Amino acid sequence: MKVILKNLTKKFPNRNKKIKEDVIAVDNFDFEIPDGKLIGLLGPSGCGKSTTLNMISGLEKPTSGRIFFGDDDVTDLPAEHRGVGLVFQNYALYPHLTVRQNIIFPLQNLKGDKKMTKEAMDAKADEVAGLVQISEYMDRRPSELSGGQQQRVAIARALVKTPRVLLLDEPLSNLDARLRLQTREEIKRIQRETGVTTIFVTHDQEEAMSISDMIVVMKDGRLMQMDKPQQVYDDPQNFFVAKFLGTPAINTFDGTVKGEKLYIGDSAVLDVPGVKDGDVYVGIRPEGFIPDKNGPLECDLSAVEVMGRDTSIVSSHPAMTVVAIRSIILSEDRPPADLTKVRFSLKPYKVLLFDKETEKRIYFDIK
Amino acid sequence: MSKLKSLKGWLYLLPAILFLGFFMVYPLIDVVMYSFEEGYNFASQSHFGYGLYNFKYVLHDPYFLQAVKNTFIIVIITVPLSTGIALLISLGLNSIKPLKELFQTVYFLPYVTNTLAVGLVFMILFKKTAYSEGLVNLLLNSLGMSSVDFIDGPYWAKIFVMCFYTIWVVMPFKILILTSALAGVKKDYYNAARVDGTSKFRIFYKITLPMISPMIFYLVITGFIGAFKAYSDEVAIFGTNLNAAGMNTIVGYVYDMLYGNSGGYPSYASAASLILFAIVFTITVINLLISKKNVQY
Amino acid sequence: MADLTYEDLQKIEKRAKVSGSVSKTVTYILLTFWGLIVLFPFYWMVLTSIKSYSSYNSEYIPKFIATHPTVQNYFDAFTTVNLSRYFLNTVVFTLLTTAIMMVVTVLAAFAFARLDFKGKNITFAIFLSLMMIPTELVVITNYVTITNWHMRNTFAGLILPSVASVFYIYLLKENFEQVPEELYKAAKVDGTSDLKYLIKVLIPINKPTIITILILKVIECWNSYVWPRLVTDKETHFLVSNGIQEIRENGFGRENIPAMMAAVVVISLPLVILFLIFHKRIMEGVSRGGTKG
Repeated sequence: MKVILKNLTKKFPNRNKKIKEDVIAVDNFDFEIPDGKLIGLLGPSGCGKSTTLNMISGLEKPTSGRIFFGDDDVTDLPAEHRGVGLVFQNYALYPHLTVRQNIIFPLQNLKGDKKMTKEAMDAKADEVAGLVQISEYMDRRPSELSGGQQQRVAIARALVKTPRVLLLDEPLSNLDARLRLQTREEIKRIQRETGVTTIFVTHDQEEAMSISDMIVVMKDGRLMQMDKPQQVYDDPQNFFVAKFLGTPAINTFDGTVKGEKLYIGDSAVLDVPGVKDGDVYVGIRPEGFIPDKNGPLECDLSAVEVMGRDTSIVSSHPAMTVVAIRSIILSEDRPPADLTKVRFSLKPYKVLLFDKETEKRIYFDIK
Repeated sequence: MSKLKSLKGWLYLLPAILFLGFFMVYPLIDVVMYSFEEGYNFASQSHFGYGLYNFKYVLHDPYFLQAVKNTFIIVIITVPLSTGIALLISLGLNSIKPLKELFQTVYFLPYVTNTLAVGLVFMILFKKTAYSEGLVNLLLNSLGMSSVDFIDGPYWAKIFVMCFYTIWVVMPFKILILTSALAGVKKDYYNAARVDGTSKFRIFYKITLPMISPMIFYLVITGFIGAFKAYSDEVAIFGTNLNAAGMNTIVGYVYDMLYGNSGGYPSYASAASLILFAIVFTITVINLLISKKNVQY
Repeated sequence: MADLTYEDLQKIEKRAKVSGSVSKTVTYILLTFWGLIVLFPFYWMVLTSIKSYSSYNSEYIPKFIATHPTVQNYFDAFTTVNLSRYFLNTVVFTLLTTAIMMVVTVLAAFAFARLDFKGKNITFAIFLSLMMIPTELVVITNYVTITNWHMRNTFAGLILPSVASVFYIYLLKENFEQVPEELYKAAKVDGTSDLKYLIKVLIPINKPTIITILILKVIECWNSYVWPRLVTDKETHFLVSNGIQEIRENGFGRENIPAMMAAVVVISLPLVILFLIFHKRIMEGVSRGGTKG
């Protein structure tokens, strides 16, 4: 099922009653989610991603704009008629019901010609339980399960009524680090097997990068970029996305373009054909630095951290706008430790330029 | 050092131990003794033997039997009714936003008022005198029914007033507890149910009710205990001579045996209070067993 | 669900809206109805208290407003019966009982929460088991004890059996224990005595709970009836509850209902005022620890 959001906007009255202006949680949201994909809604907390999810589920009504499932306009449809499956951050499993009772709960709500016999419900529950691999816990109560198992039950409950769209709100945030890795693979597998269009909300970029088919990056209620994970990393459309994605984070500098050359400080570090003169923000990914005795960018060396295969060089430069420049190089290329200065040349496709006013990406031709 | 420390702990506890020892532990032993002492004379503080006579006497006393009957009627009518109405009101309160706090505050008002004092007002509202029919009777007349003397009239009318007043008195506590229990049910459960298309009735029956069931059982258990000890509400409506009004309760019987017109018999009072304790204890145990079966998490 | 037409959707939405507003209205009507039942006795009590004796008795069908309000009944309430005496007695009884109870409770709670001594756990278990003992059981012996000590019709007789409350000790102990033990250790290292730590640290930190207990005890004292009735038979030591019964049975003569209502208003007023000021705290305190009914 395709999901289309058209000019979706959500305003809340300000909590501080003295301020008359509404808080805009979601601002003119516009995108299309293709059928059968796994989509990560990514952004810092408070950026409106949960609100967006709630509007898709029908728990909240948009202030303006429309929501389509396929060709159906579902904007005014109450949650119960939308046929969405929703997994809550804290799972919201009914503590007084067993796993089986929790899973068949949505089926028991069906009315009219959709009504199912008890046998059919049990069979359906067994089927999804098998899919999420919790078949042996069907008679336990949620409190007797681990966090990861509860998560699977919650997904099973959302899947059992064959939803048109599956929504997950921070599905991994309540799990410990090891379980998180395991569960995110699990979510991906389940999504592949069922083929249901799935949207999940997360503030964890790694989570989003690792399992989504597409990532939607949000900030302050606005859509920043929507792309394939690698695309969002390699080709960010604005300064925010560049800074938000990537660990270690991108290194940023104040730079100037003069005569199609990029200057950081006084030294021209890169040719940037096709870019107009002016001040720019420069972002350089950690892997974009090459140690080079004759390189154009000179930094003060602070520390060299060897981490097995890779070495990370911590240095500083007067024009940097981050706390420290962190570059990652292969360990065999690492400079002698007694240096106080280190020189780099740059990989052009790891250098990103942004307009100082609009923070939009400025493209240049790479030779 | 450690001995000194130990002493200090007991020193801090001393006042509490003294008070509790004198006015709770000792009386507890004493009351059992009293109940078996036959022919106790209050003036000379002597008795002539031990036995079950006091219990026999009490169990054959028509006043006691009347008191037991009245008490059971109060319990059976007021506990389920007050809990049910309180649940309804709390559900209503939880579903609204404007005025919610005002309603909550108003509903709680009876809790802080002197039940004896307000009982007088109830008496006036229900009483039929030579001068006035009383407001409630006028209301009944306007509905085409004939007047009833609720205070000195037929038994059922007196029971009605008594139960009505009892419910009025216990309601604030129950509404308060249930409203906070309902507010404590996480919103996510309701959202999850809504997304799954659960009907309102089913949400209530399958989610809300089980989630607040521990609190409901708590209210039922404390409600039973409280209703079995009914006394001052009855005094408030019918006056101190409850035997004459035929409205005495078990606790009232105990106090009357101790003091008042038929007073001066601590042995009978002790026997009656132990019987009451046995009844309350049994019913509480039964309640706990039932609640264990039904409260599921 | 894909087969729902636009008209169907509109119908669904409309139905939800209509049934929503109908149930809202019904809810408000029912809630208001119960509010009236709760408030009506109070209204009636105030109304009757400002009607003159003659106008009250001449109204066969009582009026819902007082056409000629008077305060005469309030004078009567204070002059015909000794209402001010009952009132003062109750104030003294309430303050003394609450104060002594608080000291006893704080000391015991502190001992259980922070001090180490031999036999602490078993003593606490005995305390807890005392919570199950109904007052009705122990009142008999207490009555005999107080009579034998010749304390009937004295404040000591009224107060002494009412000062120990296992429940409040338990409640306060739980609260004391939630204060991090590091604070106690830090105080010890600084050479603070136990008593000073209790007064300067524990009590201020647990002020909300202590105030809750105070308020609950004040309400309990102000409304207590059974025990005062047992140990007082002289007017000099009547509390308001006994006073009310006295007024009802012998006071103004059975017919002077307006004066009776004036007395009832006077007696109810202090707690109602207390409630109006502290209603949030009282309700919170009761839902945490109070019981009644």
